[in-house]
Amino acid sequence: MRALVLALMLLGTPAWAVQPDEVLSDPVLEQRARTLSKGLRCLVCRNESIDESNASLARDLRILLRERLVAGDTDAEAVAYIVDRYGEYVLLNPPARGSTWVLWAAGPLMLLLAGGVGLVYLRGRARTPGEEQAPLSANEQARLDDILKD
Amino acid sequence: MARHRAPPYGRRMITELGHFALILAFGVAIVQMVVPLVGAHKRWPGWMAVAEPAAGAQFALTLLAFGALMWAFVSSDFSLRLVVLNSHSMKPLLYKISGTWGNHEGSMLLWVLIVALFGAMAAWFGGNLPPTLRARVLSVQAAIGVAFFAFILFTSNPFLRLATPPFDGQDLNPLLQDPGLAFHPPFLYLGYVGLSMTFSFAVAALIEGRIDAAWGRWVRPWTLAAWIFLTIGIALGSWWAYYELGWGGFWFWDPVENASFMPWLLAAALLHSAVVVEKRESLKSWTILLAILAFGFSLIGTFIVRSGLLTSVHAFANDPERGVFILMIMAFFMGGALVLFAARARALEAKGVFSMVSRESALLVNNVLLAVACFVVFIGTMWPLLAEMFFDRKLSVGPPFFNAAFTPFMVMLGLILPIGSAMPWKRAIITRALKPLRYVFVLAIAIGALAYAIQSGRSLLGPLGLFLGAWIVMGTIVDLWGRTGRGENRLRRLGRMPRADWGKMVAHAGLGVTMAGVAGLTAWSMDDIRAVPLGGSYDVGRYTVQLDDVKRSQGPNYVSTTGSVTLLHDGAEIAQLRPEKRFYPVAQMPTTEAAIDYNLLRDVYVVIGDEQAGGGWVVRTYIKPLTNWIWIGCALMALGGLLSLSDRRYRVAAGAAKTKQVPAQ
Repeated sequence: MRALVLALMLLGTPAWAVQPDEVLSDPVLEQRARTLSKGLRCLVCRNESIDESNASLARDLRILLRERLVAGDTDAEAVAYIVDRYGEYVLLNPPARGSTWVLWAAGPLMLLLAGGVGLVYLRGRARTPGEEQAPLSANEQARLDDILKD
Repeated sequence: MARHRAPPYGRRMITELGHFALILAFGVAIVQMVVPLVGAHKRWPGWMAVAEPAAGAQFALTLLAFGALMWAFVSSDFSLRLVVLNSHSMKPLLYKISGTWGNHEGSMLLWVLIVALFGAMAAWFGGNLPPTLRARVLSVQAAIGVAFFAFILFTSNPFLRLATPPFDGQDLNPLLQDPGLAFHPPFLYLGYVGLSMTFSFAVAALIEGRIDAAWGRWVRPWTLAAWIFLTIGIALGSWWAYYELGWGGFWFWDPVENASFMPWLLAAALLHSAVVVEKRESLKSWTILLAILAFGFSLIGTFIVRSGLLTSVHAFANDPERGVFILMIMAFFMGGALVLFAARARALEAKGVFSMVSRESALLVNNVLLAVACFVVFIGTMWPLLAEMFFDRKLSVGPPFFNAAFTPFMVMLGLILPIGSAMPWKRAIITRALKPLRYVFVLAIAIGALAYAIQSGRSLLGPLGLFLGAWIVMGTIVDLWGRTGRGENRLRRLGRMPRADWGKMVAHAGLGVTMAGVAGLTAWSMDDIRAVPLGGSYDVGRYTVQLDDVKRSQGPNYVSTTGSVTLLHDGAEIAQLRPEKRFYPVAQMPTTEAAIDYNLLRDVYVVIGDEQAGGGWVVRTYIKPLTNWIWIGCALMALGGLLSLSDRRYRVAAGAAKTKQVPAQ
């Protein structure tokens, strides 16, 4: 409901995101930093990645991430470094570890379940004619035909 | 010197009249809830007949209350607390009007106004409904109204006064001062609340204990209307986010967005299952369950947004009264409806028999995919809360999760859509249904492969989106063409196809266009961030951006910094852009007004940032391919819905005169 309206009231200010002085001179490293920072949460914002956020904490995290990459960390090491300091709350994409596998499995499991129920229903439909409802009175049938005839 | 803007006596009277009308509407709704329900049970025509005038009166009174509140905003009556908190005398008129619903209390008043509007429309157009069903539908609708009138009057009264009115108001959040956003909430509300009508029909049918093809036909226009409004509302919000937020994002998987997306998914599922009820008298209990759940998700959406629960667990404690009240409303309506469903669903045995391969089965698959997709969005939205409550883990579920977990279901839906819609009812022969589609499939694959070959990156998403888009659009056109039969005069027959068939084609094509747009934008957008000296220019892709000048100026209630940018393509000027940033002193807030060069194939999106210490300005440039396809697709979906809605089969009221003589059962 009024979806973004309220999100933005709480969000406060529009995003300026990455500033020119943060950009690394090596385009490959910079691209890795951009990709990784899209998956890291700005801790003081509402549902925003540090790549999009203009909060100063997000800027600090962007710079920290770039420092780790320049220091030679792999993507996984750089992210692990930040998660060690800020907790898994910082990950916008929760890894399927521990209880979180439930979250990841929920969709496929539900599809199997719903698909199974649907299949059983379809087989039932195809085989038995199904119990007839209480038959309509002549009057009702006439009315129904009248409504449905066009 | 004027002491303050105390409005004259007459104007304040209007506000009091509005408050009084609201209380009266609450009373009328209670009568409308109780009397027709008892009347339908006892078969007392006089009592049942109360519903119709009561629905009209309830709507008129609520409209009066809403009009009075709007008048208070337009005339800047700062003796009202709500106006002080959300308006300012200098604000442009349009935003004074939209400010009426740009806050909690006013938006809830809009919500009940629309509940009452739908109730009144059901009373006016429901001449063809059996009297008991009509009485029960209006009674359930009134019950929803009663709950929300009570919510407004007891926890969120918009008509509260201040003893000493201040000179001026605190202004509306500047981000909301935008034409796109002025109309976003009303459309979304029309959609949410439209689903209350299908809910009322479902509950009334459960009370009646019977559902037939006619029920399917009565309930479909309401679902269709709600879905059209939701589509427009969501698209407006997304479009607004795209041009206003300054980095061209169009969807963020934010809890409040998800809150509007879940009912949309279920309403889409409901539209399709109601077709099966109407044509084949099957899937009845599932359709009823969907109707209940779809409105349930509207209530959950209201709860999520109004309680602030998902912003953080702590925000909930700031205003527990409202949150708990909505939770109680939700528990009452969902609990009651589901108990009724459990008790009565067995009575709704299906009639139609169909084979495993048939239109019915295809629509069932559509429903499974849409419902599971909705479930994924739901669990992703609620997971941070659940994880904290049960596993003591504080974690985030953001866009990367939703993109990965939700997209496969949409891909599957897109793949089966043309096949399913080409199948006949009852029993289909799969090879015959596939035959006309084979060229379309090959062509769509070729388009996807071509996109894969010429793209610069290594994305699979972009080509997949284009393939799906082409497959759906061409498949649905071939399907409609195939329905014209053989031989001469096919074009003329095409023109005479029922509007519902055209609507189906246009809406499905819209879905394909939107899918292609989303995939293209996500996969192939480019951005560039740099500090540019005045007069400097730089290249982004095949475009050259040149910053000519930056000027400061004064707007009605803001200060503006505007850049003059020339956009060149292969050396030739194609556009003059004016990216702007504004500062609203009353609210102490900055906003960005991006300058966008719109084009069917790509948008060039330029944003001006801060002045740099070393001279020059920060300029962001984004090349966003296929963006407009997203909104064009949404517009097509809404148009398709409208075409279907205008089909003569749904003008049930038109048949009312002929069937008046049929006595009450």
